[in-house]
Amino acid sequence: MHLLMAITIGLMYAAGLYMMLRRSIIKLLIGLCLLSHGSNLLIFTAAGLTRANPPLIRPGDTAMPGPHTDPLPPALILTAIVISFAILAFASVLVKRAYEEVGSDDLDQMRTTDR
Amino acid sequence: MSPQLLASLPVMLPMTGLVLCLAFWRALVLQRVVMLCVAGSLLVAAVAILMRTSTGEVLAVRLGGWPAEVAITLVIDQTSAIMVLLNAIVAVAAAVYSLGGIDRAREHSAYYALLCGLFAAVSGAFTTADLFNLYVWFEVMLMSSFVLLSLGGRRDQIEGAIKYVTLNLISSTLFLAAIGLTYAMLGTLNMALLSERLAAAENPELFTPVAAIFLVAFSIKSAAFPFFYWLPASYHTPPSVISAVFAGLLTKVGVYVMIRFFGLMFPATHPDAGMVYQIILWLAGLSMVTGVVSAAAQMNMRRILSFHIISQIGYMLMGLGIAGAALAKAAHEGDPQGTLTAAGTLAMTGAIFYILHHIVVKANLFLVAGIVERICGSGDLDKIGGLYAARPGLAVLFLIPALSLAGIPVLSGFWSKFVLVRAGLEAEAYWIVAVSLAVGAMTLFSMLKIWIYVFWKPSPEGAEAHDPGRDPSVGPMRWQYIGSAFLACITVAIGLLAGQAIGLGEIGAAQILDGTAYKDAALDRVGNAGVVGQEAAP
Repeated sequence: MHLLMAITIGLMYAAGLYMMLRRSIIKLLIGLCLLSHGSNLLIFTAAGLTRANPPLIRPGDTAMPGPHTDPLPPALILTAIVISFAILAFASVLVKRAYEEVGSDDLDQMRTTDR
Repeated sequence: MSPQLLASLPVMLPMTGLVLCLAFWRALVLQRVVMLCVAGSLLVAAVAILMRTSTGEVLAVRLGGWPAEVAITLVIDQTSAIMVLLNAIVAVAAAVYSLGGIDRAREHSAYYALLCGLFAAVSGAFTTADLFNLYVWFEVMLMSSFVLLSLGGRRDQIEGAIKYVTLNLISSTLFLAAIGLTYAMLGTLNMALLSERLAAAENPELFTPVAAIFLVAFSIKSAAFPFFYWLPASYHTPPSVISAVFAGLLTKVGVYVMIRFFGLMFPATHPDAGMVYQIILWLAGLSMVTGVVSAAAQMNMRRILSFHIISQIGYMLMGLGIAGAALAKAAHEGDPQGTLTAAGTLAMTGAIFYILHHIVVKANLFLVAGIVERICGSGDLDKIGGLYAARPGLAVLFLIPALSLAGIPVLSGFWSKFVLVRAGLEAEAYWIVAVSLAVGAMTLFSMLKIWIYVFWKPSPEGAEAHDPGRDPSVGPMRWQYIGSAFLACITVAIGLLAGQAIGLGEIGAAQILDGTAYKDAALDRVGNAGVVGQEAAP
């Protein structure tokens, strides 16, 4: 399972970086999306994939039951998902504005600030 | 005031300001008042904090009253306190300058709320003791800066923003991935606890590849070689006060985090410390050279200054690199005379003092560039000139930070370079000292180039007469002069009181290199760092 996840994460990073290296800004956006999801999966996998109880205290109990998964990594991922959602929302608007201003989605046309 | 409350103020004050600015959405005057109050009170709080930390005390607060390992911990030691103070100084200058330096349309688009958010995030990054929290503060900082950068929506702004957003998001993604791997390896994200667990680990070398990811992420944030391309592509596009805040604070957050992270995770006893700090030293040298050489080819005032940020980041990393390398050498090969240890401490002092000097100077240069652009209508060196005759006061305002940046004696930049060079000579890192001196000379060349083109040479033929005082969309220019003069006074003060300022840095450097005071405060071992809400906990 770990191997499968590792390969998936690697593919997501590779696909994300490939998309970012393309000239279209829409593909740049998709690349960013893939990269951030790859990182979330990485946190999830690195923290350990185990068959165990959910980290919840049942009514009446005072401690968590038996072997349970670590609740912290999912909490980190949730935070990261919320943040990346907000940033991708901003980036989408930015890309749309760039398309309107430049009249093209080609990154090679966006060179006025490099001169 | 209790240390807990004091330690939370640097984040709480700007956050309150953000909420108030949003509440007074339509009342621009109230928003300005809020921004000025926030900046002023932040300055007072920062001075109060620095007065406590300079006695060796480390302030800490655990929000929510959880035990140290899981709480949201804010820790302020001497270095953090210096950084918070600089944040406050830039905030005051920006708040005053904005009264005359930003147009009404932007002011109506939540400009002050975003600025408050940016200062809160920078304070948060300077004070947090938790890696994931640091990530969150980075994101808050990025989000505010994204919007501030693209506010207004001109074509060059949007294009600059795309480059800025993309590269900074890659950095965030790498940072997040490295945090995940760190948690998997060491089981915590509290930086103090991480440091102790890594020191006690059986194979501490296994962490080094993860640290490499951190290094790349922080290098992108701090615009070090070879990850700096986002900076000169975007910093000259927004209004000058926004780029002044960015230029002063944002990259230095990256450098501060590098000092904090590598200081805690790679103390001299770590088996890979020598290698890690050698790499940082190389990055420092290459940043200095590429930044200053690229600047020489530029003909726009703010673009020249942007490239100089990169070379100046090199100086700060040079301090960190010399300190780490010298101390690692002392720890692994022995240091009977204690010269290497002394040089290492001096180099770390130099790095902290360099940040202290640089934030003020660099922010001010961008503010002056803003005034020049307003008077002349452009920042291109070919199109402007004759300002020395027309505005001698402005020329003085430019000369103070410019000469300080180049390292002319008595001004703050001279002392910061002097400390670093002396540390480098004592640590026998001769090549980096040679590089830094050459880069200093080239910095002077760039500053003189701006001086000659903007102030000395007569205004070029055909430059249209431009009346800056009559623009109804922006406030009066005197506020711009006051904001800039405030920073110039601080630069002069740092230069004249260099002994005291270096003394402040010395305390910070000793705490960073020793680490126990920080860790004890972060993990609540001393008892002076009480827990807010402890009484309510069962």
